[in-house]
Amino acid sequence: MSFVFWIFAVLTVAGALAAVLLKNTVHCALALTVAFAGLALLFLDLDAQFAGFAQILVYIGAVAILVVFAILLTRGSETPKDGVFSKNWFVGLVIAAGVFAVFAWAVLASANALPHEMATPAVTVAEIGQALIGRYVLPLEIIALLLTAALIGAVIVAMDEKERAR
Amino acid sequence: MVGSTPLGGFLLVAALLFSIGLAGALTRRNAILVLIGIELMLNAANLNLIAFWRYGPHPELLTGMMFAIFSIAVAAAEAAVGLGLVISIYRHAHTTDLDLMNRMKG
Repeated sequence: MSFVFWIFAVLTVAGALAAVLLKNTVHCALALTVAFAGLALLFLDLDAQFAGFAQILVYIGAVAILVVFAILLTRGSETPKDGVFSKNWFVGLVIAAGVFAVFAWAVLASANALPHEMATPAVTVAEIGQALIGRYVLPLEIIALLLTAALIGAVIVAMDEKERAR
Repeated sequence: MVGSTPLGGFLLVAALLFSIGLAGALTRRNAILVLIGIELMLNAANLNLIAFWRYGPHPELLTGMMFAIFSIAVAAAEAAVGLGLVISIYRHAHTTDLDLMNRMKG
């Protein structure tokens, strides 16, 4: 285990834990940004530079900002009086712990079968671009259509009813 | 640098991240925090895809990384629609508390 990996892993997990556990919703959104940044660093550690920077642009630049906007638009930053956790929080916690136990058991039980070393792939952004317009052109077009439809749909759903009637 | 970290380390971090996201999605009352939990779960899946791509036999084919990039794009669309729905529900019910949204309960 390399030292760098441990720093990134601890940063990511701490950010995720804070995003889930903190009481103030705005603090949760900021902790989520830390978790996204840690994940982007893990992607860079895995030599996936393009995915790492796409993570920073899309998640920190767009999704985290959207979350903050939604929190401020819905007065979600006010901490409710009767706690931030659901009535049946214990059941959810048990399910999540069980899922983690199964995952950890599966990973640890197959630790010897997993590959430990790999050839370093020198993937350039030009190769990614050529793959995107070559082999993966159909998924790219579908994603473009999906993003357009999703953004128009989000605007229509969130639009004020009186504005829509006009 | 990378070679010293076994694949299992990344898989364990991803599993932990997924479980934290699942716990957040199942236990929080604020609908926006539930969406945050779902985003964390999607990100854990992306980390797995990229880790398997990196340690797989044919990383030059770019399969896992492309899957992760498309997954990031789908997650962005999901976040936009989800937060739009939360804002729309807030306008009707004047709350984002999921425990209070029980109008469809039988």
